[in-house]
Amino acid sequence: MKTRAQIVKTSYYLPSKRFTNEEYFDIFPESKGDSNLSKIGIKERRIVEEDELASDLAVKAAEKLINEHAIDRSSIDFVLFCAQEFDYYTPTTACLIQDRLNLPKECGALDFNLGCSGFVYGLSIAKGLIESVGVKNVLLLTASTLTKTFHPKDKSSRFVFGDGAAATLVSNTGNEEGIGQFVFGTDGSGYDKIIIKDGGARNKISDTSSVDKYDDFGNQHSDDKFLMKGSAIFNFSVRTVPKMILELLEKSNLKEDEIDLYIFHQANQFLLQTLQRIMEIPDEKFYIHYELVGNTVSSTIPIALNQALKEKRVSKGQRVMLVAFGVGLSWSGTTITI
Amino acid sequence: MEINEFIQNIENEIAGLESGTLAPDTDYRDIDQWSSMYALIIMAMIVIKYKVTLTGEDLKNTNTVRELFEYVKSKV
Repeated sequence: MKTRAQIVKTSYYLPSKRFTNEEYFDIFPESKGDSNLSKIGIKERRIVEEDELASDLAVKAAEKLINEHAIDRSSIDFVLFCAQEFDYYTPTTACLIQDRLNLPKECGALDFNLGCSGFVYGLSIAKGLIESVGVKNVLLLTASTLTKTFHPKDKSSRFVFGDGAAATLVSNTGNEEGIGQFVFGTDGSGYDKIIIKDGGARNKISDTSSVDKYDDFGNQHSDDKFLMKGSAIFNFSVRTVPKMILELLEKSNLKEDEIDLYIFHQANQFLLQTLQRIMEIPDEKFYIHYELVGNTVSSTIPIALNQALKEKRVSKGQRVMLVAFGVGLSWSGTTITI
Repeated sequence: MEINEFIQNIENEIAGLESGTLAPDTDYRDIDQWSSMYALIIMAMIVIKYKVTLTGEDLKNTNTVRELFEYVKSKV
């Protein structure tokens, strides 16, 4: 039997609190008449409570996965936790998650810090652990509580993002195909395109950290809050994603018609449709699941994959290309066989 | 590449912008719909139709539709 890493099951968890467009327009009435905003393709997002942590969302997603699919906890021999908001400076949050989920003490546990590209990177680590190290079942958890970091008057970020977590079981199935080739990319010179500038080791919180700043469109932020430079990220995406797809097809020795479905990081519907038009991907092969979730950072791809399977947009034996890109700047792509 | 077609392409993409609103010498920021979203829609139209990627700086350096058109034309 071959050693082959494959995604076996997925589940996800969204916080119960909804933040609808109606509530958004109550805060930003000046945006209400902007009919172009509908191109973003969102109606509501889920938002965490102040005392709810990324690890809490991840544990709930994992419990759902374990219960929905009757997974034996003792069979999990590695847990990976991808987030940008961890419980403590130290220890590693994945260690606490091992205990909270009652996973065996023989289980490895590792945090890694990545944003929108995190899920695909996580799959590459899981594949390496299974196919090179001999691990059998990897629990890959992705979670984001990014909305906690927004300036209350940041009208761009508050529109496009939501919170959530996903749990994915990657196992050695021994099948002919599973998780395929990867391409990776990094451009750290773009580190300040998506950033929370103050509060980490580089810049401590100071008197100027909370001073309000405005961009060219009057959008508000401060150095202790999340900042995304929208037009720079748009350009990064249109330059990077089409190139990455072509590289991945070539590396995988695949033709476009051998991909049954494309699932991109669900940044927002407008960016996705722009990329789709550039790449001329037909609608039936392009999956968008954004309207009621928003951009949940590292969890958008597993959430969309879960929904695509539920909606039977893809079925057993078919091949899906996963394409992730964002903060870092960082990007990665892979193909998976369902 | 022709300016009337360029204008038509912008007007087609921006919701609520009636045909004939923009003229070559219109300052494209000086209309009601102008917002960060509007800027992204123009950038997207230009990359899809003309395969030119504009930066925020490129946009800042142009004011009228004609200036934007000439800039894109020089990059095609």
